[in-house]
Order: sequence, then C-alpha cells, then structure tokens
Amino acid sequence: MFKGKFINNLPKIYGTYTGGFLIFIILMSIAEQAGMEAKTIGIMFVAFTVSIYAVIGWLSRTIEVDAYYVAGRSVPTVFNGMATAADWMSGASFVAMAGGIYFGGYTYMAFLVGWTGGYILVSSLLAPYLRKFGCYTVPDFIGTRYGGNLSRFCAVVVLTLASFTYVTAQINATGTIAARALGIPFELGVWVGLFSILLCSMLGGMRAVTWTQVAQYIVLITAYLLPIFWISNRGGYGFFPHLMLGEEVARLGELEAQFGLVKNAAADIAAAGVPGGLKSISLPHSGVPAGGMAAWKFISLALCMMVGTASLPHILMRYFTTPSVKAARKSVAWSLFFIFLLYSSAPMLATLSKLQLMDPNLATGIIGKPIADVMSIDWVTAWTAQKQAFIADFNGDGILQLNEWFMRGDVVVLSTPEVAGLPYVITGLVAAGGMAAAMSTADGLVLAIANSLSHDIYFKMVDPKADVRKRLIVARSLLVVIGGFAAYIASMRITSILGAVAWAFDFAMSGLFFPLILGVWWKRATRQGAIAGMIAGLGSGTAYLIYVYPKFMGNPAWLGIDHLRFGIIGASVCLVVMVVVSLMTPEPDEATQKMVDELRVPSGKTILGRQH
Amino acid sequence: MSNRSKHWEKTKGQMIITLLLWFFFGYVIFMFGETINTVSFLGYPLAYYMCAQGSLLAFVVILFWSANKQEKIDEEFGFATGEDE
Repeated sequence: MFKGKFINNLPKIYGTYTGGFLIFIILMSIAEQAGMEAKTIGIMFVAFTVSIYAVIGWLSRTIEVDAYYVAGRSVPTVFNGMATAADWMSGASFVAMAGGIYFGGYTYMAFLVGWTGGYILVSSLLAPYLRKFGCYTVPDFIGTRYGGNLSRFCAVVVLTLASFTYVTAQINATGTIAARALGIPFELGVWVGLFSILLCSMLGGMRAVTWTQVAQYIVLITAYLLPIFWISNRGGYGFFPHLMLGEEVARLGELEAQFGLVKNAAADIAAAGVPGGLKSISLPHSGVPAGGMAAWKFISLALCMMVGTASLPHILMRYFTTPSVKAARKSVAWSLFFIFLLYSSAPMLATLSKLQLMDPNLATGIIGKPIADVMSIDWVTAWTAQKQAFIADFNGDGILQLNEWFMRGDVVVLSTPEVAGLPYVITGLVAAGGMAAAMSTADGLVLAIANSLSHDIYFKMVDPKADVRKRLIVARSLLVVIGGFAAYIASMRITSILGAVAWAFDFAMSGLFFPLILGVWWKRATRQGAIAGMIAGLGSGTAYLIYVYPKFMGNPAWLGIDHLRFGIIGASVCLVVMVVVSLMTPEPDEATQKMVDELRVPSGKTILGRQH
Repeated sequence: MSNRSKHWEKTKGQMIITLLLWFFFGYVIFMFGETINTVSFLGYPLAYYMCAQGSLLAFVVILFWSANKQEKIDEEFGFATGEDE
C-alpha cells in the first residue's frame, strides 16, 4: 500500500489515519445508540488515541543522533506546521482558553492576539537563521555564536526555568483529563499522563515527537471544531459560526445589561463557601473597558505573550527539523494557520456556551430561573458534586442571578456539548482532544529540557568524547527523570493552569529574547554582553515577579505591570545591559563575524555539521 | 557593496515592513479599541472581531506574504535554496 520513501507517503498515511479516526467516532456513536455506558465511551476514546500515539512513538524509534535531536531535518513544511501547532496549543489553550474568554471577554482576548502575533517575530527575526545555523538546541546557538561554556550554561538555565514552569501545568492538565475520562484519582491520572507522554518520546526523541504531534493535532482540531459547528447548526445560529455569530454577540450584550454585571465582594464569596478557582461572570463579553490604562493592559499582555513566543525553546526547535531555510520560513506560516483554526474558534465556543446558559428563552438557560429547578438539572448536579460549579444565593430570592452562578473555566469546553444536548460521544471526543493537546505540548517541553541538558551540559561540557550510544542513553534517562520530577510537582497541585503558563513566556523573554535576536541581527553583540544580559534579565524579571505577585510580596504593580507581565521588566533590563556591556567589551573576533555573515545567507551548508 | 550586503539590506527592509504591519494589527488597532468597537463588522463590534479573528487572520496572511517576498529576494541574489537541502 505504501511504496517508496516514508516522507513521500505522509499525506496518504495521515489521510488513512484521519479516516480511521472518523470511523472510530462513528462506531462509538453507534455503540452509544446501542446502549454503551458513557463512562466506557470516555475510556475508549482516551485509550484508543493514546495507544495510537504509542505505536507511532515505537515505530519512530531511532539510534541516530540527528534523528533523535532534529528528526533528521526532513520534516516537510505543512506537517511541521501541524506538529508545531500541536506543540504550541497546550492543555491550557484547549481546555482553559474558551473558559478564559467566557469570564474575561475582550480583556482576556489579549492572549489570543499575543499567542498568534509572536509567530511574526519567529519568522522574520529567528527561525530561518537558527535553521541555517544547524543547531540541535537553542542553547547550542547561544553557546556557538557567543562562545564559551558560561553563555551556553546561562541559556540552559533560562530554558529549563521557562520550560519547566510550563510543563508542570501541562502534566497537570493531562492528569485532570485522564482522571475524569478514566474515572481514577487525580494523582494517579498525573502518572498515567506521564507514562503516555514518555511512550511517545522516549525511543525516538524529536522524530517520534514530530509524528505523534501531527497525529495529535488531527485529533485535537477535530475535537474542538466539531462540537462548535454542531451546536451552531443545531441551535440555528448559522452553519458557519465564525462569520455568523455577530447577532449572538450583540444579544449577550443585551443580556448582560438585563441581568447586570456585578463583581462580588471577596468577603461575600468566602462567606458563601465558594470552592477555590470558581468564578462568576463580571466582565462584558465584547465591551472594551474604558480608559488608557485598560488599553495599555491589553497591549502589554499581548506584547509579553508575543515576545515570549519568540523565545520559547520548544517552539524554536521545531524549525530545526525542516529540510531547508526556505522550508523553515514557510513552515512558520503553516504553523500559524493551523493555530488560527483553533484560536479563532475559541471565542465562538465561549459565545455559544454563554448564550446557552444566559438566554432565558432557551431551554438550556439557567440564569433568572428558580434555583431549585436549576439544581435538579443533571449536568448541574454532576458538576456541583465535583466542586466545578457552585450556586450562592446572595440576595436570598431563590432566583439564580448572573453573579450567583460560579463555575470553573475548564468546564466551558468540557461541558458545553453536554449542556447543549449533544450525544455523549462528543464529550468523549473532547476529552481525547484535551488529552492530545496537553500531551503534545508536554512532549515538546520535556524533550526541549532533556535535549538541552544532554547535548549542552553532558556532551558539550561534561564528556565531549561520549559516543552516540552513550549520548542517547543519557538523553533518554534525562527525559524520564525530568518527566518524573514534573509529574511529582504537578501531583502536589500547587499551580493553577493559566498563571503558570503566562509565567513561562515572561521567563523566556526576560532571559533569551535579546540574546537570540541580537545574535543574528547585531554583529557587535559580545559574549560578555550576552552573559550579562541573560543574568540581569532573568534576575530582574524574577525579582520583580517576587516583588509584585500577591502570594509572594504583593506590592502594587508599576504602571500596571503585574505578575503576568513581568517579562517587560526582565527583557528591558536584558536589552540595556546587553548593549552596554557589549559596547564596553572588544568586538567579537573575525571568525564570529564571519559566522554571523554566513548565518544571514539562506543557501549553503549549515554552520554546525549535520552530526555534532 | 557586495552581493551579500545588498541581499542583507533588502532582507532587513523586508523585516522592517513585516514588523510594521505586525505592529499595526497587534497594537495600533487595540490602542483605539474603545473607539473602533462602536463600528460593526459582520454584526460583531469591530474591536471584538479584530481580537477574535481579524488580527489573527491578518498575521497568517502577513506570514505567507512575507515568506514569498523573502524567497524572491533570496532568488534575486542567487541565495535561493531548494526544497531539500
């Protein structure tokens, strides 16, 4: 059936896979009609998809260094785009983003702009040049461009800190979804999640992660789009929701005016015993908050996320796997296209989901109805029992007001199909999609950390004479250790999903953004400058985070730069220090200058050898 | 000026144009979010539409456009790369 090179058969292979997955969905819905239990369907979905990823992981096993680190530099443009999109869209994007929009409205949507716009920086400032460089890891670039083990080491520190902050949140999400779908405790779910993640990455490194990420993208995008289109068509909102929900957005504005947007006092919330992490709607859906400060907060958040995107090593390293510089550049565009498909749908899901609950004319509406009636609805009973939803009758009138309905953000994606009355098979599909999203990102992150520790620390600093076998053994052992450590942290449940995710961007931009782009765009940047910049940037950013975060020192933010935006401080300090120190130290030697010249030309050999 | 530095000058120019477009769709629009939200587009308030879809779509288009432009620049100076290298 598949003759010739594997790469040439990719469209056929993934076409067959997608077809198989759709058939599986149809089989499951037939089984549901025939009376299969909801719980079994959930288990089937997660088990089926995870075992496919495991098979792909096993088939992609390798004993070659460049296959392990950069997938043999042979991943075609469009497929690398899909893999990057899966790498990028985390459990947080999949599960929490629509929930964030649901509660935060326009204000929250700065994340959408930020998490997409960053790719323009990646494409025009970094990806093609790093591909030409031919590095295996991001610190590999820093270490070679600036020279010396100290610069390499600083880059490894920033990478590890940023990626680790991110990965615990992903394993946390994998655990939550696995626990819910398989009906096991959260702590066990975390370890099941970790085991699945390692199945995909351990034997084949980057090659295995690439091909599983493509498979995961197909699952997650199907799981995200199908319910949205279904609900929109079924509810008569229009067959193409993205173009046709304008009226519904306007209707939400009317409903907000009718019910009133009330921000509950913290004391009332505590007195009513609302479980932690649950929120009520208090911000307008599409209204823009007034004033310059609000606009600055929107823009500054988008800025942090964009610059952070361009500094996150697990994303940059995806562009090391393309066959050429030209392919790397095109691949960034495809990545963003695939990301766009999901991100532009999240606000539509939030709109539909909000309308389902708020519109008193709909059978599903709960706001403005008697609390006793609402409490007897199946899904409300189920989610309140799990402390994912809560009703607090503040004014004691027995009617559910908008500010009396509390819910966890994640519930928006996970429960909307159920609320809208879609068959359970869709809920199972959504669980599989969330699992795919969280797993693919966790895979990329764990691999980024383990690769840089094994390549940059072990091979480049500790034992440069190590043979291929030894290098790969070290790389794989580190993968297990880091994954295990992240799962251990996640099982202690100390981070909420989104706080931690934004921090990863801020850490990365504080320490890595300017050393990376100045390494390409400014020949005068010196080793001393880069080292000082990384240390000062990361140091000042972290210090400011501690200064401003409510759970640490909790000081008032300067100019609205709160704990989600501390990268602005870190990156600015990094830039100033790096430029000043570079100008104070002698300019880089001729070999380095030549290397930068060579880097800027797309054709020709990579600067580092194919195997190094 | 050598071939290389001419190529780099043009590449820089392309980078600056791309970043100006990026700045417009990523920031300038949202500086005036309050004002443009009174305008309706496809029934959506404009600022809402831009952060839900508009700017995102603009970024995708800019990326493809810019990649093609840069390929042309590379070809012009004889630095083009094949699909497989």
